Amino acid sequence: MPSLKNLPRKILPWIFLAPLLFMIILFWLVPVGLTVFLSFTNVTYKNFVKFVHGVEGAFNFTLENFHKLLGGDPYIGEIAKITLIYVGSVLAINAFYSLILSISIVYLVKNEYLSTFMRVVWLLPRITPAVVYGFLWIWLISPDTGPFYQFFASLGVAPGSWLLEKPYSQILMIVVNGYVGASFGMIIYTSAIKSIPEDLIRAAKVDGASDLQIIRSIILPLLKWPMLFVISWQTLSLIASYEQILILWGSYGATKAAGTTVFAIYAWFKAFEMGEYAYGATVSLVLVAIGIVLILLYFKIFGFHKLMQPSKIEV
Amino acid sequence: MVSVKLDKVSKYFGKVKAVDDVTLYIRDGEFVTLLGPSGCGKTTTLLMIAGIYKPTKGRIYFDDIDVTDIPPKDRNVGMVFQSYALYPHMTVYNNIAFPLKLKKLPKNEIDKKVREVAKLLKIDHLLDRKPSQLSGGQQQRVALARALVKEPDVLLLDEPLSNLDALLRVYMRAELKRLQKTLGITAIYVTHDQIEALSMSDRIVVMNNGRIQQTGTPDEIYSKPSNTFVASFIGTPPMNLIPCRVIDGKTLECLGFKYVFKDEIAEKILNEHKEVYFGIRPEDIVITNKDNGDAEATILVVEPIGKDLVITIQLEEEHTIKILAPPSINLKPGDKIYLKFKKEKIHLFDKKTGQRIEYIIKKGEE
Repeated sequence: MPSLKNLPRKILPWIFLAPLLFMIILFWLVPVGLTVFLSFTNVTYKNFVKFVHGVEGAFNFTLENFHKLLGGDPYIGEIAKITLIYVGSVLAINAFYSLILSISIVYLVKNEYLSTFMRVVWLLPRITPAVVYGFLWIWLISPDTGPFYQFFASLGVAPGSWLLEKPYSQILMIVVNGYVGASFGMIIYTSAIKSIPEDLIRAAKVDGASDLQIIRSIILPLLKWPMLFVISWQTLSLIASYEQILILWGSYGATKAAGTTVFAIYAWFKAFEMGEYAYGATVSLVLVAIGIVLILLYFKIFGFHKLMQPSKIEV
Repeated sequence: MVSVKLDKVSKYFGKVKAVDDVTLYIRDGEFVTLLGPSGCGKTTTLLMIAGIYKPTKGRIYFDDIDVTDIPPKDRNVGMVFQSYALYPHMTVYNNIAFPLKLKKLPKNEIDKKVREVAKLLKIDHLLDRKPSQLSGGQQQRVALARALVKEPDVLLLDEPLSNLDALLRVYMRAELKRLQKTLGITAIYVTHDQIEALSMSDRIVVMNNGRIQQTGTPDEIYSKPSNTFVASFIGTPPMNLIPCRVIDGKTLECLGFKYVFKDEIAEKILNEHKEVYFGIRPEDIVITNKDNGDAEATILVVEPIGKDLVITIQLEEEHTIKILAPPSINLKPGDKIYLKFKKEKIHLFDKKTGQRIEYIIKKGEE
């Protein structure tokens, strides 16, 4: 019989972990299990009620969804292309533009107030509720009153609608998501740059380096690990993100016309707009699979064990 | 090599005067140490010479060239930091080669110079390592090599020895001084360690609260401190400062004893100062008998430090001083002793201003 003294020690960590484990099981493991299950069925809005009530023979197990996805669905090719453009472009903004921005803000702008102001400007979309941020953009691009529209119109860029005309709609999709996402990389990068000891920068200055040479030879090499983290994290988030597209375009018809149907929102529309639950689940399952493959790939390329080592930014 | 001149240089951070009206001339090839407690402005002064900080007021000259507005990269200075500031992602070789690569020297020339300086500092077997694979002493040598490889006009050293263990520090002191003299380079050294300053420098600049307190050779600083700050900062244990009242032209009434001078200096003390500090170094006090004694005292603590005993004694209530005595002497706390002050080693400071009172002891006056 375990002594009473030892018992709480063994149980204690589980008591602390229990709420989190419960949440993970309820909101992650169960939905993933359901998604996998659904993707192998033919559940649609037609047999959904029977399926929920467990009526016998309400649905069949089938591989039809996968056949459809891999050949039968005429839009998959285009959606894959849009997803690639979307993830690639927004990633460029989130991982690389935010890096340039962070270096400018922390290193080049010496004025502390100006630097803080610039950081806050880029954080605004992050702290604004997604719906408010989305509607703000709808106002910004409206041809009558929108400042964004007016500004580009004055430069000679005046599409009938930023929302519906390609490629403006796709540029809009990238800018909207890029602006909100850049702040994530910026927070990681600015704190990493600030953690570089002042003496290293001073030493480089005395050694004869210009600002650009310091950025290239000292700051960027020391930001290698934060950069790898931001790139990995953002790729995975972007593959699964659809909120802003949903808020701005709202329906499958609109995203189709605008050329903004990415995989994640396609899964959403299929399941919740068209009632093709099983097919929607299959599309999202493929996204999960792509995500897992990418995680493994990143770990392989960047060396997971190295990422787990203590910070390299030390003297 | 160049001479360095600071002309009324000040540096303010907001309302804080980190460096206040510093004027200093450092000769070509000289080894000058900025010595002072933490926050006295010595490192700020060094960073201004390096060009990292811009003076709020005043100008800095290398020879006759005003470098005040010239960025660090164009000043040709070499600097060793307290943290060494080695680039963690570069090998030792690349750390040392970095200043030369920035100068865009040809590859073979860079290689030659890096290997030369590495050999000079005995780190030529470490060139492939990363800084994290080096000991503190090795890192320090790499930092020095990086500063020297560009053949700087001025070498700046910011507490370079303070992270080394005691033995290595003693060794590196001599090594640094030898290197500086061999290369004939103008060196400005910052430290809070008076032993480093006294043992290495041609001249010492003692700083406190952003101002220069005294500039002089190690001997001048030690034997003729210009004020009570310098007197109490230099020496282990530091100089004893005993408050005294001037009674008449000859007599000081100090805590626990009366001291009578011969008449030569008396008038000056009498005329210009009412209260003074009687300064005497621990090694300039000898234990004697009652008849020869200047003062009577009681022993509080006896601390053996190897070659000497440091003895804390009480002159009068609450006022203690320290003396050094040979270890052969047999004394214990509570003993009464008589002290003789070496006449020519007595220092006087005005109590109000803390400034040294100059006076001359005539020969035969005792």
